[in-house]
Amino acid sequence: MTFEYSPAPESTAIVDISAQYGLFINGKFVAAKGSKTFNTINPATEKVLAKIAYAHASDVDKAVISARNAYSKVWSKMAPQERGKYLFRIARIMQERAREFAVLETIDNGKPIRETRDIDVPLAAAHFFYHAGWADKLKYAGAGDNPRPHGVVGQIIPWNFPLLMLAWKVAPALATGNTVVLKPAETTPLTALLFAEVCQQAGLPAGVVNIVTGDGATGSALVNHPDVDKIAFTGSTGVGKGIARAIAGTGKSATLELGGKGANIVFDDSPIDQTVEGIVNGIFFNQGHVCCAGSRLLVQENVHDELIEKLKRRISQIRVGDPLDKNTDLGAINSAAQLARIKEISSSGDSEGAHRWSPECNLPEKGFWYPPTIFTGVTQANRIAQEEIFGPVLSVLTFRTPQEAIDKANNTPYGLSAGIWTEKGSRILWAAKQLKAGVIWANTFNKFDPASPFGGYKESGWGREGGRHGLSAYLKGGEK
Amino acid sequence: MRIDIRKTYKLYIGGAFPRSESGRTYEIKDAKSNFIANPAQASRKDLRDAVTAARGALGGWNGATAFNRSQILYRIAEMMEARSEEFVEEIALLEGVSKVAAKKQVEQAIDAWVWYSGWCDKISTVAGSTNPISGPFYNFTVPESVGVVGIFPAHKSALLGLVQAIAPVIAGGNTAVVVASQKFPLCAVTLSEVMATSDLPGGVVNILTGITSELAPWMGSHMDVDAIDATGLSKELEKEVRVTGADNLKRIHKFSTSDTPQRILAFMEYKTVWHPIGI
Repeated sequence: MTFEYSPAPESTAIVDISAQYGLFINGKFVAAKGSKTFNTINPATEKVLAKIAYAHASDVDKAVISARNAYSKVWSKMAPQERGKYLFRIARIMQERAREFAVLETIDNGKPIRETRDIDVPLAAAHFFYHAGWADKLKYAGAGDNPRPHGVVGQIIPWNFPLLMLAWKVAPALATGNTVVLKPAETTPLTALLFAEVCQQAGLPAGVVNIVTGDGATGSALVNHPDVDKIAFTGSTGVGKGIARAIAGTGKSATLELGGKGANIVFDDSPIDQTVEGIVNGIFFNQGHVCCAGSRLLVQENVHDELIEKLKRRISQIRVGDPLDKNTDLGAINSAAQLARIKEISSSGDSEGAHRWSPECNLPEKGFWYPPTIFTGVTQANRIAQEEIFGPVLSVLTFRTPQEAIDKANNTPYGLSAGIWTEKGSRILWAAKQLKAGVIWANTFNKFDPASPFGGYKESGWGREGGRHGLSAYLKGGEK
Repeated sequence: MRIDIRKTYKLYIGGAFPRSESGRTYEIKDAKSNFIANPAQASRKDLRDAVTAARGALGGWNGATAFNRSQILYRIAEMMEARSEEFVEEIALLEGVSKVAAKKQVEQAIDAWVWYSGWCDKISTVAGSTNPISGPFYNFTVPESVGVVGIFPAHKSALLGLVQAIAPVIAGGNTAVVVASQKFPLCAVTLSEVMATSDLPGGVVNILTGITSELAPWMGSHMDVDAIDATGLSKELEKEVRVTGADNLKRIHKFSTSDTPQRILAFMEYKTVWHPIGI
């Protein structure tokens, strides 16, 4: 059965992309020291969107100086309630300009407008609104009687949720009285630069937020800058370990949100249709570019065949294509490099003996695309069961007993997320306790909220973001 | 005249008291340079055995009820109280302080056990939360033990820093591999004898004596150690442990204060659980 949909494109008239962008330092857009720039493209069309200034170490230094000045002269002296009011203003302006942010994010990132409009942007604004209210309540944050900010925080964010990750980083940092230098991902700088405009509209004091665009070397200059007090990083486990080594012995603290290989466990009494929806949301949300994706499906053996059949039928209905079309479920892969990685790891699934299945789908000629894919017959030793693919690729394994499910779920160096599908309450709580993961979704998956702490066990990182527990990571004497 | 019976100071691994597999010991002298004892000089292999024992004991200790753990920590205080004379003598001998000062330290250490005993079944209440989600979900956060923790206790004192490091780690449901102060190892061995008679399951706390600079790098690089209390390490060793510890992203903390719930929470992980609400 196929459903035919007429095109329902979202208008791009609301966004106004400049030909070239500078760095945002001390409240103004400024040119980088060198003349080096890099392009950001629309991954759905491969068209160049804008030239972006490349920040060298000397530009990072300027940004840190600006953040330090703003910290010591303005931000740390401001009454907490007034500080909070700026965050409220930012939240309101983001809501006012929500559609603009959503369209821009979709163009720069490739993710469907349905997701940017309904999830990324509203959640980002909610993050600012939530943390705004914390600014004058820090003594209740769990960081002791005399909570103090770290000072200047260097923040490095990934390309999978560009604006949302900015909000996760910037909102708690500002609420707790820190100032920030933020480096957006190389392939998705545009919404961060639009956010800089929001800071200007909100009248945020100059230097409280600084944004430096660039690549890994720019990020490294930020991590190694001697006047940065704390690092907050979201990205790969490999880079996270590098940061941990780089700051060893410097006294800098760090929050790291790294990779995952989330197990999504389906017990034989689970409500099967609801479970199928949850599995699809768990792995195909945001093209699978999600560190907490439910990328390892663990199915109780006696329901495997029935579940896989229903899952395939459901996946056949996924609409892949133009991210700006309001009907699109699965958009473009963010970059050629990421597409190559997905292809490389997935091909190991073929060569290691797993069975690949994708629905028939017509992928656009231009742009970066990967069809929704599942591998069945996967074993624990397979690369596709151990390594993070970060794409729309699901690995299916089976188990017989609940204990076997837990043992397999925990059998990775990661520990970010896990899912549990069962109608039995006591089994949910038992499994939730056994699973070594920071976020457990029971009979749901991939849900996020500013009030809910997020972060991983083991090699998925250090610390939490969101909620009271995430807030205190930005306070000295706080929980790690 | 009767010749008194001296004690052999051994390691404490998995509830047993072995000598070092390496056969090595090192000499401890008192504040006036008189010989006191030859405690074991633990090797890398001893450390690995201790980590295996700690990992093996984790499920049982972490799975025990908080009330049960609380009672066992209190039992340690009871057993220490009974043997306080021995601790007083060791402290006076090693640190060269008066018996009065030594007694005060022992009392503080015993009281620290009592304080942390009370935390076992309260830390989740104080540090956990239910979170108001914008949607029909029930969402709660609880702290859980991080796993196997390597401990390098502060070594300004012979006993107090040791207890202030071990108590919060096991109060949070972790198991521990302790590298005792190189200079003041004797109280650590006596403390292990207290633990062995306190209903503390074997392997929950393992204590090694030896050369800190020899053992610290192995602790840092051991992939089955989840976290490290680096309070007693020099700056150089701390840095080395942080660099090698990055291989499995160990949680490494150094403390300047004691007797705060933050010392328990530093070795706990927050787990957040979501479930839909509906009919």
